[in-house]
Amino acid sequence: MNVSPPVWPDRLFDAFKRAGIRQVGYVPDAGHARLIERCRADADIRAVALTTEEEGVALAAGAWLGGERAALLMQSSGVGNCINMLSLMRSCRFPLLTFITMRGEWEEFNPWQVPMGSIVEPVMKLCEAEVLRATTPDEVAPLAERAVQQAFGEERVVAVLLSQQLIGKKVWVK
Amino acid sequence: MTGTLDRRAAMATLMQGRDDDLLVVPGLGSTTWDLAAAGDNDRNFYLWGAMGGAAMIGLGLALAQPKKRVAVITGDGEMLMGMGALATIGLQRPANLAVIVFDNGVYGETGGQPSHTGAGVDLVAVARCCGFSTCLEVADLADLADLAARLPRLNGLLFARVAIGPEEPPRVLPERDGAVLKRRFRAALGLAP
Repeated sequence: MNVSPPVWPDRLFDAFKRAGIRQVGYVPDAGHARLIERCRADADIRAVALTTEEEGVALAAGAWLGGERAALLMQSSGVGNCINMLSLMRSCRFPLLTFITMRGEWEEFNPWQVPMGSIVEPVMKLCEAEVLRATTPDEVAPLAERAVQQAFGEERVVAVLLSQQLIGKKVWVK
Repeated sequence: MTGTLDRRAAMATLMQGRDDDLLVVPGLGSTTWDLAAAGDNDRNFYLWGAMGGAAMIGLGLALAQPKKRVAVITGDGEMLMGMGALATIGLQRPANLAVIVFDNGVYGETGGQPSHTGAGVDLVAVARCCGFSTCLEVADLADLADLAARLPRLNGLLFARVAIGPEEPPRVLPERDGAVLKRRFRAALGLAP
């Protein structure tokens, strides 16, 4: 079994830097841990710890009003917390670039993750988001580039789902 | 605890003589009507929805525009819905952000049902616990004048609760196309629409 840390979070960070992302909202998450750590360590990125994911949607709107690009990192369960706030993005055509680590879909031990995880894609589509999905490490960087273009170029919500297969299953017994 | 300050007069006092470096985000409902009544301005980002989001929009804006001053002026119900934002803002502590709550202890827009603040929840104490450096109770005209004097020289994270009376003046409706509001706001800051 490969135990070296995955490189895709670093590729995502590189994409953030190329895109000029200046604010990154996040709720602590194991799948995003490496990316959050990189953002927190970067002098040009303001990493904003949120109490709930919908705060990150409003943060991104404010950032764009002020001329900065933001990103939102969350887990699939966080999507449910965002739905009403996503209407802000649609009503005003604000860009939202969000990366969602998926739970409840591949070798999931915790059945409580399934109800929200299983509806992330249709829910985001109902919110008129463009939904992209990365299942292998090689897909992450090109999808991130496309997501950046679409979110900020077209001023719309773009969600990149990071499959549980990509992240790996949560280890419950250590 | 209901207050006695007139909400329209309070907003007018806070906006009196505002300069181009003040950016204002009101909450949906009454504070948006109050701000519109005080005079339209491209640097107002009126909210017609997104309840609970005003303070976080203010944070994103304050971080993006550190040389401008940002005032979020919202109602108690709107603030209560996004109370976690006070904790999030308290961690970031932008020196150019003021969060001002017009507190009448009721949900005026939906018929005057009592809010949590009307039953004793103390938003000033919440803000203090969350790390806001200046936390003010604005109960009378002298307090209001003090708050208005602080806005042009904001130099630290500020929270204020303005104890307004229960009156609901006639609505003054600003532009309601969100994309238009966004574009004119960005244009006022010299950003591409």
